[in-house]
Amino acid sequence: MNLECFSSGSSLMHRADVRCKIISAFFFSLVVALCHTLFAPVFALLIASVLLFLAHLPYMKVLKRLLMVNVFSLLFWLTLPFTVPGPLFMELGPLVISRPGLALAALITLKTNAIVLVVLALIATSGVAKIGHGLAALKLPSRFCMLLLFTYRYIFVLHQEYQRLRRAALLRGFRPATTMHTYQTYGNLLGMTLVKSWQRGVRVQQAMLLRGFQGRFYVLEGRRLAASDLALVALVFLSACGVVFMERLSSGGGWS
Amino acid sequence: MHLSEGILSGPILLAGGVFAVMGTAIGLRKIDQERIMTTALLSAAFFVASLVHVPIGPGSVHLLLNGLMALLLGWGCFPAILVALSLQAIFFQFGGFTVLGVNVVIIAGSALVGSFFFRPWLGDPKKRAVAGFLAGFLSVACAALFMALALVTTDQNFLVTARLVFLAHLPVMVVEGMITMFVVSFLARVQPEILGLDQHKRVGEG
Repeated sequence: MNLECFSSGSSLMHRADVRCKIISAFFFSLVVALCHTLFAPVFALLIASVLLFLAHLPYMKVLKRLLMVNVFSLLFWLTLPFTVPGPLFMELGPLVISRPGLALAALITLKTNAIVLVVLALIATSGVAKIGHGLAALKLPSRFCMLLLFTYRYIFVLHQEYQRLRRAALLRGFRPATTMHTYQTYGNLLGMTLVKSWQRGVRVQQAMLLRGFQGRFYVLEGRRLAASDLALVALVFLSACGVVFMERLSSGGGWS
Repeated sequence: MHLSEGILSGPILLAGGVFAVMGTAIGLRKIDQERIMTTALLSAAFFVASLVHVPIGPGSVHLLLNGLMALLLGWGCFPAILVALSLQAIFFQFGGFTVLGVNVVIIAGSALVGSFFFRPWLGDPKKRAVAGFLAGFLSVACAALFMALALVTTDQNFLVTARLVFLAHLPVMVVEGMITMFVVSFLARVQPEILGLDQHKRVGEG
């Protein structure tokens, strides 16, 4: 199970400071999420593509990820053009496609993709361990960061444990179907995974207490910000301001 | 079950963020030092469960198990779900910074509704299975309802989409109810401490 398929690399984005990346991505997403015009998200999508290009990620994998994320957008394309009232775009037999409906679906799709691209370029290029440390450095509650890091640490262990149980069930002739027996089997498999994770949690807790754990998590990485990190933040902030400017400029005539 | 970025309006995003921060703050306060590891392990287990596909009819659904999470963690389910959703955003880019709050409230808030009503029944062996089913069912039903509400309050035009979202979750509610029921009865037999059954009626604690 490789969950972090974009995190390794040596591109500009991979090397940038994680704190700067988190702040930039957050600010940019926020600005894009609040757009109402069609024009501004197009501009945002362009900037996001540039950032993604700088991250040197494998294109096929990025495309596949975008397809998965856009399943939800598809839902809007299938409903909004037919349900939003407004001037007619075209008629397909009994179906009436409205102009504002199409615009709304397009707006959502553009915004979703712009934000996903930025998150891919800025967040997915860091491993969870780094992000956890970055969040701690940004003064999020230490208990939350600890929870994030420990959860991450044990996902892989528990996934293996679950797979082991599932394989054992399959070897004994378990065939998933829409039956009560299937649901009971899944319930038992998941229940067993929970029992094991709970017991492991108790053991780890005891081991940590023996080693003098006092509820604090020490982060050693005390990297100082380089000029390039600040340049990245400045660049993203300026682009976000550009998006706001575009939004203002076109909010008179655009969809709202 | 997530809303993706770029759909909801500013006020809804803000409200979601505020409620998510409040819930998480309460949850973090309720997780004392002794329980932080078990909470982390349980939230890892729930992340794994969300990767599990359960067959239903010709297709399959992936599990949410938010009701179960609230039954086990109480208010602690807020930080645990926030962690799980953050990881999903980092790994898969499902959801993201701005909708994170709304998604946490949708999933964790509704889970607390389910466990609020049916948590007290867990101690009674006769009602346990029913309580598990209803907690799982109601948690997903509320989550779908919250999600539809978030859509409709953003824009009246989302009404049809919101209805579709709710209807699409109907089979998920039933599956979640059954799985939750079976997991609860399994846990009651194998490790009742997880459900807090060894000590009397610790209702809704974190």
